[in-house]
Amino acid sequence: MIHISKRGDFNRFKGDKAWLNRYAGFGVSLIIRLIALLLSLVVSGVLIYSITKLNPVDVYAEMANGVFGTSRRLWVWLRDLALLLTVAVGLAPAFKMRFWNIGAEGQILVGALATSACMIYLGSSGISNTLLLIIMGVSSMAAGALWGIFPAVFKAKWNTNETLFTLMMNYIAIQLTSFFVPMWEHPKGSNTVGVINADTQMGWFPSIAGNQYLLNLLIAVVITIAIFLYLKRSKHGYEIAVVGQSENTARYAAMNVKRIVVRTMTLSGAVCGLAGFLAVAGADHTVSTATAGGRGFVAIIVAWLARFNTITMVIISAMLVFLNKGAIAIASKFNLSNDVSDIIQGIILFFILGSEFFINYKVKFSGRAKE
Amino acid sequence: MCAERAAFWEGNVLSSKSDAKERNRVVAAGDGKPLVEMTDITKKFGSVTANDHVSLSIYRGEILSLLGENGSGKTTLMNMLSGIYFPDGGHIRVKGELVTISSPKDALDLRIGMIHQHFKLVNVLTAAENIILGLNESRRLDLKSVRLRVKQICDRYGFVVEPDKKVYEMSVSEKQTLEIVKVLYRGADILILDEPTAVLTPQETRRLFDVMRNMKNDGKAIVIITHKLHEVMEISDRVAVLRKGCFIGDVPTQRTSPQELTEMMVGHAVKLNIERTQPENVRKCLEVEHVSVVDADGVRKLNDVSFTANGGEILGIAGVSGSGQKELLEVIAGLQDALPGGSVIYTDMNGKTSSLIGKTPMEIKKLGVQLAFVPEDRLGMGLVGNLDIADNMLIRTYTEGSGMFVNMKKPRKLAEEIVKEFDVVTPDLQTPVRKLSGGNVQKVLVGREIAGSPSLLMSAYAVRGLDINTSYTIYNLMNEQKRRGAAVIYVGEDLDVLLELCDRIMVLCAGSVSGIVDGRAATKEEVGLMMTHIGGNADKEAGRK
Repeated sequence: MIHISKRGDFNRFKGDKAWLNRYAGFGVSLIIRLIALLLSLVVSGVLIYSITKLNPVDVYAEMANGVFGTSRRLWVWLRDLALLLTVAVGLAPAFKMRFWNIGAEGQILVGALATSACMIYLGSSGISNTLLLIIMGVSSMAAGALWGIFPAVFKAKWNTNETLFTLMMNYIAIQLTSFFVPMWEHPKGSNTVGVINADTQMGWFPSIAGNQYLLNLLIAVVITIAIFLYLKRSKHGYEIAVVGQSENTARYAAMNVKRIVVRTMTLSGAVCGLAGFLAVAGADHTVSTATAGGRGFVAIIVAWLARFNTITMVIISAMLVFLNKGAIAIASKFNLSNDVSDIIQGIILFFILGSEFFINYKVKFSGRAKE
Repeated sequence: MCAERAAFWEGNVLSSKSDAKERNRVVAAGDGKPLVEMTDITKKFGSVTANDHVSLSIYRGEILSLLGENGSGKTTLMNMLSGIYFPDGGHIRVKGELVTISSPKDALDLRIGMIHQHFKLVNVLTAAENIILGLNESRRLDLKSVRLRVKQICDRYGFVVEPDKKVYEMSVSEKQTLEIVKVLYRGADILILDEPTAVLTPQETRRLFDVMRNMKNDGKAIVIITHKLHEVMEISDRVAVLRKGCFIGDVPTQRTSPQELTEMMVGHAVKLNIERTQPENVRKCLEVEHVSVVDADGVRKLNDVSFTANGGEILGIAGVSGSGQKELLEVIAGLQDALPGGSVIYTDMNGKTSSLIGKTPMEIKKLGVQLAFVPEDRLGMGLVGNLDIADNMLIRTYTEGSGMFVNMKKPRKLAEEIVKEFDVVTPDLQTPVRKLSGGNVQKVLVGREIAGSPSLLMSAYAVRGLDINTSYTIYNLMNEQKRRGAAVIYVGEDLDVLLELCDRIMVLCAGSVSGIVDGRAATKEEVGLMMTHIGGNADKEAGRK
């Protein structure tokens, strides 16, 4: 008989050492996660071997090589990490408030659209690149914020469901993009925007100390630390924590719940919009319906696995981006189809997400049910 | 661990062997053989042991009180008898036969029925429909014969049930009666009542006790789970006491006293009286006039309520639960809108007055009103369960200081002081408050509210779920605030405590003020009548006619 019970608090330490329980509990969940990761590698290894007869160890080594092998690859990994991290960090305030913003995808896209618009219309106006970049950043945040404010106002005023609302806002953003792409089409007839300002590089992130993607990384790091402090130490962060736990308590504590909801979603949308700026100005230099590339949804996994702690999000994003890049690298190296990389990613994610169950619940096997 | 606890009582409690004769004397209709025998029952929830090798026997024709503080495992033990939980260890014998009870149906097949604290009735169905719900006696729904059998049961024991009344039209007491009839209809010989009087007025309680005696005389075995001592003394033949999951002992009611039972429950001697001082320097603090509240569904929750709360005095608020107590306190705190036409005037220590009605909590705070509020829902309103003690201290003061960051020094210090002063049991200050026990949660909440030296302290069911020691700590704190000159509003459910603690008691009945009585002069019966009839004289008038 299988007996499933909620994993209680770790309480092996008594008396003066009771505070150790928290760290021990953390250790237990860390060990479970590591076991899950190891198991996922073994299962993928078996699968890889059974399909390709390749030595899984070689494959994993190639995975690491594919991501970290050259300085260029390393920087691309960092660039993508910065982008995913920014989105996840943007979700943190909303999620901490239990406002299920699944509209990051749309917020990134409108941020990207605003960025592109600035690049196209202001690129040849003669202003300096720095000023242009600042205008682009601010516009992207404004656009993202707008996408966040709508569902928040409706939630605050009429208690609409924020999950459906933010989800539908994604489709509006995608349709808007489809509208603008032919308008900004370049060259004519390609039905793509093409590389914006390819000749002047106006509105592109400048290389810093020879590193093309250093600015992406710096922006992501600053945002991560800023949101960390905002959530942990600021009065607003405290309000967010209380509203998220119990609206009744928030009202009891004389907080203006509606204002807090709208303000927080404005911030969440703005940071996600800024991710659109990073994607366009810092990486793609173009815009399409694929600019967000599902990051708005992957970021939800990042935010949850990190339990909304922005610093932990760094580790989770790094791992997920590694997984994605590595799987693509081995697929091309060993001439496997792209589906194999998807399968490997799927297996590893399955184990990691599945381990959450074992972190929260204890499973006991007993030979026979006791009377 | 249990052995130690029980050993403390060996001197006082009859040992099981010499008890047999005694029990026969007490149990009038019993044949001396137990109807139900629970042996070494153990039940664990995670790391918490709810029942630790508990052994208990239940006899025919006997009312057994199962006494213990909240969390002592009374309900868990009975839930295992009624098939809600399955024991981790131990045996249950019914009429001498070893049985396995794995569902409420198994329990009913063994003629065991339980009346839970929260009723399990379908609101839109009638009494008769609820009674036969889930029974498949015959294919055809024969409500006529159901009504007949219900009537027989009612006549036999003195119940009043209207078979065609819908449940949502019933009072709490009627619903409870229906639950009991439902269980009897299903043929139960062993009835377990989980805190049946918690929701009843004294008059309703007396009626319930009458039918319980009738059932006992009819040879049924009855177990009443309770923590109210005077009820134990009044109704039961035998008392079994649990403490922290352990069986402490059982005694014939006639041979024990409330003092002894308390000591068995708590584990040490407790002083059971509240020191009520004469109010000094009484000043007007809060004047509430013509306040009415309608809820979101258009139901009138408060109806033209007017009263005055004075500084240096404890004003008790009595009433059947849901009579508008919550709404009244929330209107004063700015958490609930009142209908136009009412007024709430607050007078501070210097005689300055301000109107609170229609203001948000934020506006009330900005007026400088020193309002402390201990709400009924501690973890859902007063505190944030997932935050630690220090963070919860911030709730009242987080806006203090300039700049966008909070200052954690003061709340941390306050948290340390409260933990020390009220003996809050917690591993450390970083533990989320939801992990503390109910009593410790309440200490944290009350401690924080008192720390702001309030001029008006409102509390709703401040001792609900607390052990006796903590309850008395809370009563003392209320008295301390009264001596300080604060106006204390104490919403309570235990009339004995209200009459011992409060200077004046306002009785609410269905949202209206039924009357305001002197706490020193009023009797329990008087207050009880006022809880069910406006002015409390409906029965008296009827009696005169």
